[in-house]
Amino acid sequence: MDNKVAEGVFFLTGKDFSNAGAASSNLKGVLEGMSVQPDIIRRAAIAAFEAEMNVIIYAVAGMMHYYITPETIRIVVKDMGSGIPDIGLAMTEGYSTAPDYIREMGFGSGMGLPNIKKNTDRLDLDSVVGGGTTLEFIIYLNKDSKGAKNETL
Amino acid sequence: MTLDEIKNTLNAAVLSKREDMNLNIVRAYCADLMSDVLAFSITNSLLITHLTNAQVIRTAEIADVKTIVFVQSKRPDIETIALADTKNIPLLVTDLSMYEACGKLYEKGLRS
Ligand SMILES: Nc1ncnc2c1ncn2[C@@H]1O[C@H](COP(=O)(O)OP(=O)(O)O)[C@@H](O)[C@H]1O
Ligand SMILES: [Mg+2]
Repeated sequence: MDNKVAEGVFFLTGKDFSNAGAASSNLKGVLEGMSVQPDIIRRAAIAAFEAEMNVIIYAVAGMMHYYITPETIRIVVKDMGSGIPDIGLAMTEGYSTAPDYIREMGFGSGMGLPNIKKNTDRLDLDSVVGGGTTLEFIIYLNKDSKGAKNETL
Repeated sequence: MTLDEIKNTLNAAVLSKREDMNLNIVRAYCADLMSDVLAFSITNSLLITHLTNAQVIRTAEIADVKTIVFVQSKRPDIETIALADTKNIPLLVTDLSMYEACGKLYEKGLRS
């Protein structure tokens, strides 16, 4: 049985709040289908969901690619959007530029990127102001390869 | 505490089509910030919230929240209820405030 490799892509549309979260929900289903450990599924799903919401909130459109191997879950979320002027600031807990209507929906507390970092083993964020943002993260599936938590790619 | 006991304690209405009233809940968590739910909620818990949009259901699904109680008579729309049904997340609504709802559940023994 070797259903331990999979890859795929989801397309994300900015401000499409009725479908926001559907990609991460699908990804969660894929991981469940591959019998990945529940705590790892939870970490991957939480990180993917926060990344997906950022595209919905801050970008015009984007894509979420996932690559699953027996060793790793790698997720690349690329968007066309406003970009992030100061990545260090964006990674700070509590920093948010979300408008009020986003806060009323329960988002915009500035904990998204910190949550992603907390739940992943490697994280890389690249952004061009006025161009877009690419967020890539990796979660190791085997505890022994988990040595270097949160190192920068 | 079972879903049935939670419903009775909060004098709540059940919004979902089918639900297992014997579902056992051992932890509760109240929040209106979805990132907090994602960061701090524990699997198989109950979420108590004011928010009724579709993202709450998605957040619950992602964070393995088992059931949601909406306080202050806040009701989600039909689409949101339908989404919760497809994800097997029972929804309850109570007239009580967040403070009262948490207090009553705590008093009845739901303490973590
Ligand atoms: N994909 C993105 N495009 C543009 N800006 C972003 C993106 N993701 C995050 N940001 C910026 O980084 C800030 C912090 O993001 P995050 O930690 O997810 O918190 P929140 O979304 O709650 O504001 C956001 O308020 C926004 O200014
Ligand atoms: Mg965010």
